[in-house]
Amino acid sequence: MWSYIVRRVGLLVPTLAMVTVLVALLVRLLPGDAVEIIIGQYTPLTHGDREAVRRQLGLDKPWYEQYGEFVAGVFTGDWGTSLQSQQPIGRELARRLPVTFELGLLALIISIVVAVPVGVIAAIRQDRWLDYLMRGTAIVFIAVPAFWLGTLVVVLPNVWWGWAPPIHYESFFDDPLSNLYFVIIPATILGLGLSGSVMRLTRTQMLEVLRQDYIRTAWAKGLRERVVILRHALRNALIPVTTLIGLQVPLLVGGTVVLETIFSVPGIGSYLVTAVNSRDYPVVQAVNLVVALAVVLSNLLVDVLYAYLDPRIRYA
Amino acid sequence: MSDTAIAVPGRVEALPGPGPWLGALKGLWRFARHKPLGAAGLVIIVAMVVCAVFADNQLVTLFRRDDPLLAPYYYDDQDIANRLRPPSPSHLFGTDRLGRDMLSQVIYGARTSLLIGLSAVAISMGLATLVGTVSGYIGGRLDLLVQRLVDAWISFPAIVILLTGVQVAKEYAGPSPTTQSAAIVAVLGLVLAAGASRVIRGATLAVKNNVFVEAARAVGASDMRIIFRHILPNVMPVVIVLATLQLGAAILAVGTIGFLGFGVPAPFPDWGRMLSTEGLLFMRAHPWLAVWPGLAIFLAVWGLNVLGDALRDLLDPRLRGLR
Repeated sequence: MWSYIVRRVGLLVPTLAMVTVLVALLVRLLPGDAVEIIIGQYTPLTHGDREAVRRQLGLDKPWYEQYGEFVAGVFTGDWGTSLQSQQPIGRELARRLPVTFELGLLALIISIVVAVPVGVIAAIRQDRWLDYLMRGTAIVFIAVPAFWLGTLVVVLPNVWWGWAPPIHYESFFDDPLSNLYFVIIPATILGLGLSGSVMRLTRTQMLEVLRQDYIRTAWAKGLRERVVILRHALRNALIPVTTLIGLQVPLLVGGTVVLETIFSVPGIGSYLVTAVNSRDYPVVQAVNLVVALAVVLSNLLVDVLYAYLDPRIRYA
Repeated sequence: MSDTAIAVPGRVEALPGPGPWLGALKGLWRFARHKPLGAAGLVIIVAMVVCAVFADNQLVTLFRRDDPLLAPYYYDDQDIANRLRPPSPSHLFGTDRLGRDMLSQVIYGARTSLLIGLSAVAISMGLATLVGTVSGYIGGRLDLLVQRLVDAWISFPAIVILLTGVQVAKEYAGPSPTTQSAAIVAVLGLVLAAGASRVIRGATLAVKNNVFVEAARAVGASDMRIIFRHILPNVMPVVIVLATLQLGAAILAVGTIGFLGFGVPAPFPDWGRMLSTEGLLFMRAHPWLAVWPGLAIFLAVWGLNVLGDALRDLLDPRLRGLR
């Protein structure tokens, strides 16, 4: 197991290096005159200011020094300064990351709670109307744009019942109930969107496992349906589903960008949209790096978990 | 899953007997019988293409902008006296805050969505096929290096890299709506390409170990010849299925960035922008503004997904359970 983990972490190093290169390239790709326009948004254009902002963006040094400083900054927690607020980005990220994490985690839990039972039932009732209904619903969940569903949730209840979703965010530790009331709506929309593909994979895996010999043996021993399905079949069927859930982290982050904007959740998704809107490139760069790191690390976690759950992987 | 052997529509054409049109029709009928959901998706996509082509006679009469054909009005015809009207016989989907007909905007939106989506998918599939087949076929250090780059590239969530990339590309594109749209196409193509190249590489690895590839090498065929003549035709089914599913993803992505205010710029009609947050204030009082564009995106994405699933079952069973 340990040698597997070491090998897997070894693969991580070049990937992480390339992620930092891509992120560092981002700001350096901006055309020179765009930099001037961006500066002009924030300060009156004097020569001194221009140089100061070029320095702030780190564009005044040779590229290898720029890259070295960028990577060093990532490790020492110096994530740069926002052009807009002139505040350190690291502090803002530390404030916003837990909010997005809560939203994402809740969405993930909702998607699993919905998708796994539905997938199992669809598999047991294969090719009956219940199966068709559930499969059809799964594709609907995949295809409904989160931003549309979010907009409808804001608009329609307001028209029908005069109800609007809460707009004031409270930290979970200050006021858990109003925090949950605030987060549960975007989390549900996000979770349902993710549940479609989890449900489909659960169903496919269950169908495969249910045809195995050991399941027939379990039936032949006279075990009850509940025991065969839950204890023998589901435990094996869920292994690939675990991987899929981990692979959905990028989708989850994309979804939070949209839903945080609609429901004014103060997380990193809405931070990104504001930053892109105001061309605050140091912030854009930092958010890109944070989410890419989150994705890379969650992929590592999933692979290790997979090897732990399925011994065939680590001995391959 | 219903995975019985089914004739591929179109392949029927090659058989002797009925003429090519009749054969194609029979193939379609067989497809519809075995894959009703896929056929429903096909109908939606055909309807979308018809809307895109015949919204007005611009494409029919070679880019001379004249009267609307399918759309009741031109998409940016303003009728200020009739602004924010609910659906009525003269405006089936109602009108927006500038008195523009919603139905016409939705019909024209199909043109923008398809144009942007198809161009992005063409870039994505071209790049992904090149990278996937070469990286998979050559293997070794090149494959290792390319795959780590792909790893890094797909670590960026699509919406995040799309927002960022489109904004950076727009700094280059300047204020022209046409070049800005081209920037969106380019970035979207790049974003979609990475994941697709991984799948095509996988298919290439599977094809590469076949005896006919070994035979081609034995008679002295060059690597390029083997890739183009032997590998490529065999990974084509994967490419077709991926392209269908990616077109859905592209339309959804364009809608999402349009909604966030970074999508296809005016004056081009865009479903995402019709839903954008700036209109939210009006939607609260006039909910039909929020319903139609979202429904259009949903139907297009749903149609492409079920069509892609059906094609996958027919063309490449190995891909089943991919998403």
